[in-house]
Amino acid sequence: MSIEKNEEFRPKIVAFCCNWCSYAGADLAGSSRMTYSADVKIIRVPCSCRVNPMFILRAFERGADGVIMCGCHPGDCHYTSGNYYARRRMTLLFSMLDYIGVESGRTRVEWVSAAEGAKFSETMHEFVDKITSLGKNVRLEDLRCRNL
Amino acid sequence: MQRIGVFVCHCGTNIAATVDVKKVAEMALHEPGVVHAEDYAYMCSEAGQELIHKAIKEKHLTGLVVCSCSPRMHETTFRNAAEKAGLNPYMVEIANIREHCSWIHKDIEEATEKAVILMRAAIAKVNLDAPLKPGESHVTKRALVIGGGIAGIQTALDIAEAGYPVDIVEKTPSIGGRMSQLDKTFPTLDCSSCILTPKMGEVNAHPNINIYTYSEVESVSGFVGDFTVEIRRKARSVDMDKCTGCGVCQDKCPSKKTPSEFNRGLGTRSAIYTPFAQAVPNVPVIDRDACIKFKTGKCGICSKVCLAGAIDYDQTDEIVTEKYGAIVVATGFDMIKLDKYDEYAYSQSKDVITSLELERIMNAAGPTGGHLERLSDGKAPKEIVFIQCVGSRCADDRGKSYCSKVCCMYTAKHAMLIRDKYPDVNVTVFYIDVRTPGKNFDEFYRRAVEEYGVNYIKGQVGKVIPQPDGKLLVQGADLLDNKQILKEADMVVLAAAIEPNPDVRKIATMLTASIDTNNFLTEAHAKLRPVESPTAGIFLSGVCQGPKDIPETVSQAGAAAVKAIGLLAKDKLLTNPCTAQSDELLCNGCSQCANVCPYGAITYENKEVNDHGIREIRRLAVVNDALCQGCGACTVTCPSGAMDLQGFSNRQILAEVDAICR
Ligand SMILES: Cc1cc2nc3c(=O)[nH]c(=O)nc-3n(C[C@H](O)[C@H](O)[C@H](O)COP(=O)(O)OP(=O)(O)OC[C@H]3O[C@@H](n4cnc5c(N)ncnc54)[C@H](O)[C@@H]3O)c2cc1C
Ligand code: SF4
Ligand code: SF4
Repeated sequence: MSIEKNEEFRPKIVAFCCNWCSYAGADLAGSSRMTYSADVKIIRVPCSCRVNPMFILRAFERGADGVIMCGCHPGDCHYTSGNYYARRRMTLLFSMLDYIGVESGRTRVEWVSAAEGAKFSETMHEFVDKITSLGKNVRLEDLRCRNL
Repeated sequence: MQRIGVFVCHCGTNIAATVDVKKVAEMALHEPGVVHAEDYAYMCSEAGQELIHKAIKEKHLTGLVVCSCSPRMHETTFRNAAEKAGLNPYMVEIANIREHCSWIHKDIEEATEKAVILMRAAIAKVNLDAPLKPGESHVTKRALVIGGGIAGIQTALDIAEAGYPVDIVEKTPSIGGRMSQLDKTFPTLDCSSCILTPKMGEVNAHPNINIYTYSEVESVSGFVGDFTVEIRRKARSVDMDKCTGCGVCQDKCPSKKTPSEFNRGLGTRSAIYTPFAQAVPNVPVIDRDACIKFKTGKCGICSKVCLAGAIDYDQTDEIVTEKYGAIVVATGFDMIKLDKYDEYAYSQSKDVITSLELERIMNAAGPTGGHLERLSDGKAPKEIVFIQCVGSRCADDRGKSYCSKVCCMYTAKHAMLIRDKYPDVNVTVFYIDVRTPGKNFDEFYRRAVEEYGVNYIKGQVGKVIPQPDGKLLVQGADLLDNKQILKEADMVVLAAAIEPNPDVRKIATMLTASIDTNNFLTEAHAKLRPVESPTAGIFLSGVCQGPKDIPETVSQAGAAAVKAIGLLAKDKLLTNPCTAQSDELLCNGCSQCANVCPYGAITYENKEVNDHGIREIRRLAVVNDALCQGCGACTVTCPSGAMDLQGFSNRQILAEVDAICR
């Protein structure tokens, strides 16, 4: 019993969800009572293209352990093309994070439609498991921001 | 500094059973700007809204946070409540502690902690909210209906009757849809064309309805109240104004070998054709792929025999551009392809057919003149087996997960009609369940069993094996008697699943209307807004939204019409004020934002600015509020950070991030 896993670690996870598809998908997960971890906190944005890479960096700076962005499926964007911009921006950001040594598993992009409550909840399960296994984000957190 | 009031809803026990609502309200008071916090059983109720009203007045609140269900549910309710009390409606934020919290978590402590964090994020956002004022846009009082099946027909008639002009765009040469292919209809067994043809005539004659057949929507731009649509009218090669519909051309056309789409390929048609006798409009089209004149330059017989001089080989596609206030999608359905269901020998035997093919065979105007016969040898069948749920309610990805809803009833109909007309033919139906929820539906099915002696077997068919003598060996199971069944049949009819018209993806993309994983159009709310798409100004009618029979289709078509009429009756619409705005002092006129804006909402103007005392003329981005839909693409693209989105500003989102990570 000596080498026990640290059960105490609860990751902080920020999920950016577009209003039209993934936020509605999360609502559907809710109304279908499909559980996922309370560690996930959702921020509503009009479209995934509203997510500035700066928001993701800020989350890490403030101690988030994982950030996931969800949008409408490619081709189904409420604003026609927003998720394509988002996809390109995130690819660039994630490769940069990779370059500076942040584990690539800490970030994720997933397309979830308004009808995919189950997918939303499964994705969150997976993501929380992944972040829990990666442990605390130590590389990007700005300790000066603690208890701001 | 804002004066914020926080209202925590119990939603009966929906929230209060898992979230300690009192604690959440108490914690609110520690947050910056919060001067009032309370909890109540149902915030959305009259009494709940009254509490909000009172607090705004008494505590001079400048902002509200309501911790409740999803903003997609009641954001408008609470915004209206705020407005009634004199507060700008955009000073309201919702913390979603039901769908995103109490409904998915079990542990009270955990759920409460999360609710508090979601509330903090909302408070952080309200602290940076600014009052916004929606603009106004006008409404074009004309509706477009895409698809001319019974759904589109009914919607168009209802809108036209209310006094608004309607255009129907139908891609085939005639309106009528699937219903025109059916023989008799359950649950009353009246003849399909007898009830449909008068409606088609009514549409044709209605002064407010304009029909574009053999046409497709080419592009859609604009937004609710003001859509601009390009319609491609495919070259018919026949002048609609001159043609008298006499039909001589079709008789004389020497190219008669093209499989008839209307008869599901069971019969043939000429190159110049109307799909069926009662077609509306009764004007043929030339199928240029089949026409000898178009293929070889020779022939031209139709032009010679047409007394009206209506044939025009030089016609070209024409693009019509029209403006609409509302668009109704009614693109209907098709049956799935059966290539993944080889075990039923559909592709191997002509005597294995789909239910829709059977409709054509039973129809007096169909390929066999209404005689029930085997397509392989023209013999009268003695033994017919129906197989239900082919591709419906399917667990793997060969078929569809959903129930096609109409098959149980139409099979009972087919069985009854066959037993009625040919009492010596035995009919057996293999089914998983018989589903008959509908007025007079179960009675109908029981008549098939009790009065007409149709043999229903609960169980699935594993295989249909064509025999050398032309018979079909059906291997199935009887689950109630727990035994294997081997049955020789002369004909097998497959109740193939129905699926949305494959075109619908293209239409949905043009309209930015969402579709689900099965390609059915999604409704704005599954229960409360079933005929509206989440995209404003787009309405849903008929099977394009989900499987339905005719009575249900007609009711939904009427409902969609009412929603469209409600929109067309308005003179002005309020526009979403959460639009982008560029900071004149930061903008350097680089044009990057205009490049990404999907709505062309950004232009550039030379404007005088006063930059810390220096006055100069600069090229600056200007957002047109009426066009901007508030996606935010430009805000992230802008390299100088000049572009920001009202209601979802950079500072607000960062504040939410900070609150969550605190
Ligand atoms: C075998 C069978 C038997 C049935 N029997 C019965 C019955 O007895 N009683 C009953 O109540 N119901 C019955 N039904 C169900 C009935 O057919 C449907 O409820 C009804 O046809 C739905 O009408 P709709 O207008 O939604 O779709 P559809 O009839 O499919 O009409 C859609 C129309 O839109 C057009 N369209 C499609 N895409 C485009 C596009 N991109 N641009 C322009 N136009 C387009 C199509 O050409 C078509 O004309 C039966 C169904 C089947 C398959
Ligand atoms: S309606 Fe009946 S036959 Fe049709 S898919 Fe549903 S259960 Fe199967
Ligand atoms: S927010 Fe979207 S729609 Fe509005 S101007 Fe920017 S890019 Fe265009």
